[in-house]
Amino acid sequence: MPQVKFIEFNGKEHIVDANNGESIMTAATANLVPGIDADCGGECSCATCHVLIDATWQPKLPALSESENSMLDLNPDRTEESRLSCQIPMAEDLDGIVVNLPEFQY
Amino acid sequence: MSGIVVIGAGQAAGQAAASLRQEGFEGDITIIGDEAQAPYQRPPLSKAYLSGEVGLDRVLVRPEKFYSDKNIDLRSSTRAEKIDRTAKTVSVSGGDTISYDKLLISTGSRPRILNIEGSDLKGIHYLRTVDDVDGIREAMTTAKSLCIVGGGYIGLEVAAVARSSGLNVTVLEMEERILQRVTTPDMSEFYHQLHAGRGVDIRVNTMVSGFEGEGSVSAVLCGAETIAADLVIVGIGIIPNIELAEAAGLHCENGIVVDDHCQTSDPDIYAAGDCTLHPNPILGRQLRLESVPNAMEQARTASANMLGGDKTYAAVPWFWSDQYELKLQMVGFSADGNSAVLRGDKSANEFAVFYLNDGKVVAVDAVNSPKEFMVAKQLYGKTVNAADLANSEFELKSLLK
Repeated sequence: MPQVKFIEFNGKEHIVDANNGESIMTAATANLVPGIDADCGGECSCATCHVLIDATWQPKLPALSESENSMLDLNPDRTEESRLSCQIPMAEDLDGIVVNLPEFQY
Repeated sequence: MSGIVVIGAGQAAGQAAASLRQEGFEGDITIIGDEAQAPYQRPPLSKAYLSGEVGLDRVLVRPEKFYSDKNIDLRSSTRAEKIDRTAKTVSVSGGDTISYDKLLISTGSRPRILNIEGSDLKGIHYLRTVDDVDGIREAMTTAKSLCIVGGGYIGLEVAAVARSSGLNVTVLEMEERILQRVTTPDMSEFYHQLHAGRGVDIRVNTMVSGFEGEGSVSAVLCGAETIAADLVIVGIGIIPNIELAEAAGLHCENGIVVDDHCQTSDPDIYAAGDCTLHPNPILGRQLRLESVPNAMEQARTASANMLGGDKTYAAVPWFWSDQYELKLQMVGFSADGNSAVLRGDKSANEFAVFYLNDGKVVAVDAVNSPKEFMVAKQLYGKTVNAADLANSEFELKSLLK
């Protein structure tokens, strides 16, 4: 079972188990990790599951879809590490992935 | 503290349970719900769950084991029967009585029922629950002709799924246009043409007078006209479930009346979700919303306040609807605007209509235009230049600085 390490904006860490195929968003909400609102439940409709994923992990992630890119584009906190966590299914090769949470969701 | 009881096990209940534990509450949490499933999201029911693209596990608000892991007593298939505000108890089906310190009512809403000739025939469905949709999915495997009563979002989403699986689909709308209650004539026309182009037979100004069939429905009657249908789905709106609150003497109107802290007229009782009539300080009026983001935000607000916090509910309403490959995302209410600005290309199914009131953004309908949706969420109430919005070369991002 791959693990995800979430780091809150204030530095607090949460290491949680994720099922393969389950999104990083679900891994967060199922384990009460704060900072991910996930208002639309994972349909790429609301952009309230914004996370920052370190560059070293980026090559292993599924490509950014046009819709995810557009949703992120208007986020004032967007960086090159920004993704919507509902669009990233967990897999064994993502075991140990480090996911930083932004200060706010919009 | 004897604990927090939540009546109703929908989206707001699932979120409240999570928020309460997230805020560090360690006391008893009991959730009472009359459905068999753990709290789940309803929006996918008329979309990806109906089409079979996702199963139950993907629509749950939290995985089933979350409740036992977090020591939350989830009583499924259990009906709350009475709230005793003096004893601070809730009586449930099966005879149990549960005490509460704080009570959250998140009873949601139920479909408005059509009571006309033949409406008890087999093959006539409503769409609100997982059980409803399981029934519809099964019926769709053998049905040939689906007749949808009501041209609202639910009906149109179902029409899109059913057309995509090859059924003949007729939509009957009693008003002069589909989506009349919720959108502008232009957007109604756009969605009318979209569905017509995909082969849906939409009939407006059409009132259903009865159903025909031997045991199971075979036709829908609209006055003198008969429309053949072996499957009927009725989507003519919802009614908030306020009866329990009303019987307990809580102030109710078209919804359980709460303040901006989601507190009802009883300081120990809160309410969240579709069942509430609540003030929206940003819009400056009371609203009853049929909306997931609202259920989530009210659940968070009520949870914080039940634990002694001071959280005010103030959120701009937003909604979404998926039909075919089109994702419609809406912010606010278009009826609040006195002018409309089109951005993008309607014929390419990629456009947004911004609604302004005296130059201020009050709503957007964004079709396959997530950027415009996101910008409207952040620009709500701000004055913008209409010509900038209309110019698709203009970088929206610059408005946010």
